[in-house]
Parts: sequence; structure tokens; C-alpha cells
Amino acid sequence: MSNAPQASARAKTFRPGFMARNRQVITPLLFLTPGILFFLFYVIFPVIQSFNLSFYKWDGLGEAEYVGLKNYKKLLTDRAFEVSLWNNFKWLILYLLAIPAGLFIALFLNQTVTGIRLYKSLFFFPFVISQVVVGLVFTWFYDPTFGLLNTILEQFGLEPLNVLGDPNLATYGIILAGLWPQTAYCMILYLTGLNAVDPEQIEAARLDGAKGWRMLWHIIIPQLRPATFIAFVVTIIGALRSFDLISIMTYGGPFGSTRVLSFYMFEKALSEYGFRMGYGAAIAVVLFVIMLAFIAYFLWSMYQDEKGAR
Amino acid sequence: MLKKLTTAAAAIALTTGLASPAMAELNGTLKIFSDMSNPAPRAVMEGLASDFDALHPNLTVELTVIDREAYKTQIRNFLSANPPDVANWYAANRMGPYVSAGLFEDVSDLWEEPAIADNLASTKSAMTIDGKQWGVPYTYYQWGVYYRKDIFAELGLSEPSNWDEELANCQKIVDSGRACYTIGSKFLWTAGGWFDYLNMRTNGFDFHMQLARGEVEWTDDRVRQTFANWRQLIDMNGFVANHQTYSWQEALPFMVNGEATAYLMGNFAVSPLREAGLDDSKLDFYQFVEINPDVEMAEDAPTDTFHIPAKAENKEAAREFLRFVASSSVQTKINSGGALGQLPVNAQSSVDADKFLEQGFDMLSSNSPGGVAQFFDRDYPAEMAAVAMEGFQEFMVIPDNLDEILERLESVRQDVY
Repeated sequence: MSNAPQASARAKTFRPGFMARNRQVITPLLFLTPGILFFLFYVIFPVIQSFNLSFYKWDGLGEAEYVGLKNYKKLLTDRAFEVSLWNNFKWLILYLLAIPAGLFIALFLNQTVTGIRLYKSLFFFPFVISQVVVGLVFTWFYDPTFGLLNTILEQFGLEPLNVLGDPNLATYGIILAGLWPQTAYCMILYLTGLNAVDPEQIEAARLDGAKGWRMLWHIIIPQLRPATFIAFVVTIIGALRSFDLISIMTYGGPFGSTRVLSFYMFEKALSEYGFRMGYGAAIAVVLFVIMLAFIAYFLWSMYQDEKGAR
Repeated sequence: MLKKLTTAAAAIALTTGLASPAMAELNGTLKIFSDMSNPAPRAVMEGLASDFDALHPNLTVELTVIDREAYKTQIRNFLSANPPDVANWYAANRMGPYVSAGLFEDVSDLWEEPAIADNLASTKSAMTIDGKQWGVPYTYYQWGVYYRKDIFAELGLSEPSNWDEELANCQKIVDSGRACYTIGSKFLWTAGGWFDYLNMRTNGFDFHMQLARGEVEWTDDRVRQTFANWRQLIDMNGFVANHQTYSWQEALPFMVNGEATAYLMGNFAVSPLREAGLDDSKLDFYQFVEINPDVEMAEDAPTDTFHIPAKAENKEAAREFLRFVASSSVQTKINSGGALGQLPVNAQSSVDADKFLEQGFDMLSSNSPGGVAQFFDRDYPAEMAAVAMEGFQEFMVIPDNLDEILERLESVRQDVY
């Protein structure tokens, strides 16, 4: 306050420049500029390009030919697209199992015994290793000739299974492989969440006679809401962008039964027999719209939360 | 390293008479991109590059070897954005997209030189699109049935020559608790090889190519006859179970362990089979049997090639390199059993004293009057090939779906052509 008279006195002699007057606005803009430029160039611009490309027929080399909505019309009758869409749906639903599984492992590990850090690390391990390795490990596990799964089934006198070779089972086999690292991811999110659980509330609940499931459902889980939210977001997005495991474990086969949209898009646009860029872009647009629906919902609920907090 | 090779290269230069006046003038750099990434081909390619480098003192040869599978997608980018002076690729329809996009250099002038015109004539048609030639071949290899000679002897079988003998043999093999054929169809193309042979033997080379050009319906009765023949083998459990889960390499152990007795494959399967312990007393080869006596025998013999990108910088050196790899002595050397273990395209080249190379050479030069096909996914347009091979795999697993599969292929055919 004591500076005010001095400042105004100086203002009479030196008019502050444009930069000085708008410092409050310009500084954050300057800081944001690199990020915004990168986002525009690497995200927004390609998205617009993909939308545009989906109206063309282009082999990636010659001239692109405008075909209007033809690519989308073709998608409607494309059996492989239907299979991919349906598989994406299976991934979305079943991948969510990682959330309760992660929660229960986190609850189980949230105790103080000797070496708990080691156990936690071991449980977290599958998330650290590459998806490619996860895929290979499960491929060998399922292998119909020497795989562990069939060895176990044999012990119990059951028929051998070729999980990845059976069009009805292959997708579930891959999802199970995907759940292994995803569960570990959710577990870590919940472990950090559990650190923030208020011990006084637990004490109070215990005095009121709550234990077991009631304690979990009414006291613990509500306090884990932020962790659940993040787990939900990463799992949904993880399910929609599943690609590595499919590529490693079945390459979309047997006869296309394990394709999802992202893999089908890759096949049509970028694989050895693909290079139908327009058609691939149309598939990408469909995937984008599905993702956008989820992301919009997440952003909206985050916004609601912040409004509530304010 | 390079110094040691200079003497070898000089020797080659002397024997081939490559020492033309043009070579001394070559300078600058020659950039070569190659897909020969497996160990043996890689050594061959590195040898080629250093030999050529040694032949031309003022020229620096820069070789980049790219993983064979990754190369198939990268070639599109580098041909238009960052072209080398020489690049590997394949013959026939596979060149089509690059030729029509103007990314390959027309090398018809090389094909007018007697050294190439006379000696590589057998593959000229496979290198020709729109009446011009777009590259030179350096190797090709036969396809056929590789079988366990010792198991055949144990069961008292001999090499079949027609379909009835084939089926009779297979029945005996199945009765002995084995599968007749191993195959790994996870990556689909192996099933394309089976379709090639069954269709060429049932309906002939010309029909096979009509189908490739989209002139015949997939629901045609002649196509169905091909599948009916295929089904005979499937129904008698002639193929190993669960083949849809394996790659072609993963299917090799079935043959090595004696759970399957034969493999319809390209000659590149010989080297891993030998490494796995099958010597020439256990491993042998026969031509895929005759099915319809009215059609001439025709074979698959995929040809690998060198091309000059249209935007190459050092085209003079690139042309000289193409002459170099097309020459008979270089082709003899790179295709020998210790190197690529394949067949030279140059008619003046000699074939190594290798059981399989000799048999393949005889078969292709004297017993394939119907014609020589490249391979299913090289002769058929990419989009058709992808859907068709997926259909073949489905047919091999669930033969009852045939009608549905053929209708699907037919609707794709109407789209593609």
C-alpha cells in the first residue's frame, strides 16, 4: 500500500508500456504458447486431417479421389468392421474388471507386515513390463501344444483348449492377458488412495459398530472416489486403445475374430495389404467419436466436481 | 575389412569382365536400402555392397538393412520422401502401386543390353508393367513339398505323382498317428500357397491368373472344385491341428519331431530344417502332384528384385549396381548353398551342388510348362489377397463355412476390380 503513491507519481512521468499494462494476461499466454502450439500441430491438426481424409479414396502414393460418404457407407455393410466394433464393446465391459480386482489387491496389500514393499512391487511388476512381453507370456501360456494352461487342464482330465485359435474364445483370452497389467495399475492407484483415507472416520465408524463389507462400502469406498475416477478413466481409455496385445497374440486372427477398431484401422491403412488410407481414416473417425463420448463425460464430471468444491 | 574384400572383388571383376570403362568414372555415394535382414541374406547383401564398393574406388556405398517386415511399410515413405539409389522389392503385381505412382525408375534400357536381355529372359514378363521393365531380379526359389524321407521309408511310401497316390500316402501317414502336412497359418500367407497349388493343379495356370485379374467369379464351380480337393485332405486330418495359432517357423518343429511328415513351403524352409537336424538322408523334396491331368504343371517361384527409385540421386551408379547383381557370376555366388541358398535367375549362372537347389532348378526349367506364378499375395491385388487368405484360413479350420466364405470373396472381388 505504501508503494501506491510512489507508483502513481511515477505513472505521471513514465507511461507503462503495453507489456507492463497487460502483464496479467500476457504472462500465462506466453507460458501456454509452446504447449498450445504442440497440441495444435500434433493433435488437433492430425484430427482434422483424418476427418478430411475419410472422405477420400487414397492409396498413400497417388492422387486422392474425393468419394464423399462412400467410406462410411461401406463400413455399414463391412462384416469385419462389425466384428471389430463388437469386440471393442467386449473390451470396454470386461476391462473394467481391473478396477474391483485392483481394489481388492490394494486392500489386501494395505497392511504393515515385514517385506510388504517387496510384495507390492511384485504385484506391480506386470504393469512395468512391456505389453509385448505380456502378450508373449500369455501366448505361451495358452499354447495348445506345450502351454501351461493345457498341462493344467490335462491334470484335471479336461479337454485341451486352443484359446487363441478358437474364434469364440480368442478375444476373451487376450482381454484376460490385458487385465493382468491393468489390475496392477488400478492397484497402485488405490494404494495411494488408501493412504489418504481418514483414520478418524474409520475410528468413528468402528465405534458405531461398522466392520467388514459395511465398513468398506460406506466408509472406505466413498473416500476412494478420486482414485476410482482415475482408475475408470485409464481403464476405459486403455480398453479402447488395445492394440499391442492383439498384434502380438493373434494378429487379429483367427480369421479376423479378434480385431478391434484400432487394429482394423491399422490393417486397412498401414499394414502390408492395406494402404486404403481413406477407409482407415473413416474407421479412425468412428473410434474417435466413441472415445470423445467418454472423454467428454469425464471432463464434464471433473468440471462438476470442481464446481462443487468451490 | 574392406581391404581384405578388395582382392576378392577384383577377382570377380576379372572373371565377369565387369571392368568396363564406365566403372572408373563412378563417384559420389550409392545409397542402398535392403530388406535382407535375416542373418544369411544380410551377410550376402553386406558382401554385395562391399564388393561393389571395392570395385569402384571413388564411390562410397552406404548400405541400410531394414527388417524385412517393417520394410514392406517403410518403402512407401522412403520412396517418396528420402529415396535411396537402389532398393529391394518383389516382382509382378507387388510393383504395381509404385510403378503407377511413378516412384520406380524405368530400366527398360538395361533390359536392351544383351547381358540382361538374353540371360534374364525367363523373368522379363514378371518385371514388365505397361510394356516397360522396372527392375532386375537377383534370386528366386522354388516351392514344393519338403518331406521326411526316413518316415516315408519307414511307412513304405514313395514320392507320389498324382492326387490318388497323394491321398493314399496321406491315409497311411494319418493311420500311423501323424499328420501329412505341417502348416502355420497365423499370418495367413501359408494358406495362400496351398490355394495356389491346388488351384493351378485343378484348373491350370491360366485360370489361376484369370482369377487373379478378377475375370472369374469366386463362386464359380471350378473354384469350388479346388476347395473340394482341399477338403479331402482336411477331412482326413491331413493337416496339423491348431495351425491357426502358429507362424510358419513355429510349425517347423512338428516336422522335425516327426509329428507331421511334409511341408508345402518355399526353399527357404530347408535351412532351418537342416539346422534343426534333418540332414539330406531325412529330408527330401518332390514337386506338388498332378491333380487334373488335362492341365499343365505350373509352379510358384517368387522372385526378389532390385529397383532404382525414380528420385534417386546417383542413377548412374545405381544402373551399374543393377548390372552387377544381374551378372551371372554374382548371381552364382550370392545364390550358392552357403549364401542365400536359392536359384539364380541368370541363365548363365550355375547352381550349387545342393540337392534341393538342383531339384528346384530342374523342376522350374523343365517341368513347369504351364507357367511360373509369383505367389498368391504377389499375383493377386493386395486387398483381394488379404481377404482371400483370411478366408482360406477359415476354410481350413471350419470347412463347412465354405459357401459363406466364397460369397464374401465374390463381393470383395466386385469391389476391388
